[in-house]
Amino acid sequence: MPAVQETVEQVRRIDVDQYKYGFVTDIESEKAPKGLSEDTVRFISAKKNEPDWMLAWRLEAYRRWLTMREPTWARVDYPKIDYQDAYYYSAPKKKALASLDEVDPEILKTYEKLGIPLREQEILAGVVRPEGERRVAVDAVFDSVSVATTFKEELKRAGVIFMPMSEAIREHPELVKKYLGSVVPTSDNFFATLNSAVFSDGSFVYVPPGVRCPMELSTYFRINEANTGQFERTLIIADKGAYVSYLEGCTAPMRDENQLHAAVVELVAHDDAEIKYSTVQNWYPGDADGKGGIFNFVTKRGDCRGTRSKISWTQVETGSAITWKYPSCILRGDNSRGEFYSIAISNGHQQVDSGTKMLHLGKNTTSRIISKGIAAGKSNNTYRGLVTAHRKATNARNFTNCDSLLIGHDCGAHTVPYIEAKNSSAVFEHEATTSKISEDMLFYCRQRGMSAEEATALVVNGFVKDVLQQLPMEFAVEAQKLISISLEGSVG
Amino acid sequence: MAFLEVKNLHVEIEGKKILNGLNLSVEKGKVVAIMGPNGSGKSTLAYVLAGKDDYKVTEGDVLLNGESILEMAPDERAAKGVFLAFQYPVEVPGVATMTFLRTALNAQRKTRGEAEFSTPEFMKLVRDTATHLGISQEMLRRAVNVGFSGGEKKRNEILQMAVLQPRLAVLDETDSGLDIDALKIVAEGVNRLRSPERSMIVITHYQRLLEFIVPDVVHVLAKGKVVKSGGKELALELEAKGYAQYAGEAA
Repeated sequence: MPAVQETVEQVRRIDVDQYKYGFVTDIESEKAPKGLSEDTVRFISAKKNEPDWMLAWRLEAYRRWLTMREPTWARVDYPKIDYQDAYYYSAPKKKALASLDEVDPEILKTYEKLGIPLREQEILAGVVRPEGERRVAVDAVFDSVSVATTFKEELKRAGVIFMPMSEAIREHPELVKKYLGSVVPTSDNFFATLNSAVFSDGSFVYVPPGVRCPMELSTYFRINEANTGQFERTLIIADKGAYVSYLEGCTAPMRDENQLHAAVVELVAHDDAEIKYSTVQNWYPGDADGKGGIFNFVTKRGDCRGTRSKISWTQVETGSAITWKYPSCILRGDNSRGEFYSIAISNGHQQVDSGTKMLHLGKNTTSRIISKGIAAGKSNNTYRGLVTAHRKATNARNFTNCDSLLIGHDCGAHTVPYIEAKNSSAVFEHEATTSKISEDMLFYCRQRGMSAEEATALVVNGFVKDVLQQLPMEFAVEAQKLISISLEGSVG
Repeated sequence: MAFLEVKNLHVEIEGKKILNGLNLSVEKGKVVAIMGPNGSGKSTLAYVLAGKDDYKVTEGDVLLNGESILEMAPDERAAKGVFLAFQYPVEVPGVATMTFLRTALNAQRKTRGEAEFSTPEFMKLVRDTATHLGISQEMLRRAVNVGFSGGEKKRNEILQMAVLQPRLAVLDETDSGLDIDALKIVAEGVNRLRSPERSMIVITHYQRLLEFIVPDVVHVLAKGKVVKSGGKELALELEAKGYAQYAGEAA
């Protein structure tokens, strides 16, 4: 496993701070006035030149939100969020226009520093490209706007639409109108409703019937501005028999104050379609004393609308001070399948409450949940999952496996499964284990010559192997590195 | 000077004294057997040599090639050539034996400032060694020691020893839990690794193992110190008379 070696070197290169994405890009930005009101919603909608129906949709969500309360059932504890003390829109002043050349070089530099190749021409010219390396089309979202989308032309030839949500609203209103809010309705929950009112950008993907998307699609989210919330909205539709694999990555600068991130992701899979959605989430987790960090309240849901459709969520969660996130599947079509593979790592003072929901509505629907929680430092890591079989879900099957690994003595791991079967033919299996990285295991590895970090990385990589295998190759390597970096300082 | 010098070693664990002024020297290229009743401190000696935490050295020193190793981390000692074949090998779930071995070997080589092995070279080395020990390719792909039988675990220890090529190998009750056939395979593996450049300490409760791994010297350990030393015939004498005669010696 050469990646372990790489990981260790990477870890060594980091001096004091483990979080290497913590820099701030110095760029002039244009913000909405602080606070949240109907005027803020109108401001955002106007900035995006949105049609009236979109504004009406947002305002309805906003009015609904005013009547809602923040949920408190998750096992997370954080100071009260003052929704009037934040900015809801921030855009780099020089806006991206027709081509990458017009993107502010500071932003391109930022993405370069993050290792995100935006310049497709460079990739295309790619001096020495390893055999078989796949290309990835990238949409980059900087604070509230999308700054660059690559490979647009090539995707267009395949009939795939991949563009910032704000453009899709203008260019493909019929598709947006049909699908937006059809999986996560505006009234869904406090954070999703807030997102519906103020979402600024995100990615829109439509794969037409029978098309296998020719490359991985990827969005890279970056929160730069202070006191700014990021509310992206992603909508992916795979029409009949289509296939798409989508990756998202996230980072933010280190700041003492908390920043709010409340995204909504909706996936729709029609008959025989498949969507694979992978996330490597590395928002700033806060410092060693628990100061700062991103509050991550995200609603992700996929609708297996057609028969034999399939949606698969894979996530590697290493960042954020608070994580509140339950990527779910509605298994509506007969014979549809939902999958959830998760690695959630918490260190320092991080609090993670994450899991999934598998709602079996159709006949012969199957789902699989593999969750690996790793808690180190003083963190708390909770798996919360719901599996239900509705009355008509004959022969629904679920297999759930939740493993937790504890590193050290001050962390906690919790598993909260909810299971409801209203159809007697449903078969649900649930397995859960909690273990500690034992001193014996570390000593065994170190006796063979590995340093404490190498030993921990090896043991943890072994623990999460089942899930890492689900990630696209280039992300798996990245994720493996990230895991080791996140656990830096948790041993010895 | 001997390759390993243990001088007046006093060790305690959780306030309890286990080793009481143990002296031991192991010459380069020699195989030394350490025998003794349960609780005499055999395994403690093995762990202290390898650098396990929890063991507090209150007095004495351990010199490897003239250099004290007591302040060194376990991985530093490993890179200097100390290898411990565990009495109870530890399971490492999800990590293939092949991966484990490569990570370990390259970590040691890096510490020593040597180049890493190339993958084909490494694979060949492991495969050849594994074949001798009756370890299948399938076993190399399985997670380290997970679901291995007692015999497989012990063979896996010897495989690691063969790949890592230590200068001082400590075998802690490698015979425990093995039937006679498994014992023969393991002993053969160990004998193949005997070399003028390699010292070995074979810790065992029974004489049986020493029929297959014939030692140059035998030491009897009781109550934390060496109470008798001799040639290989000492093992046979112990087998006949038992350890009872040493019960009072170190008190």
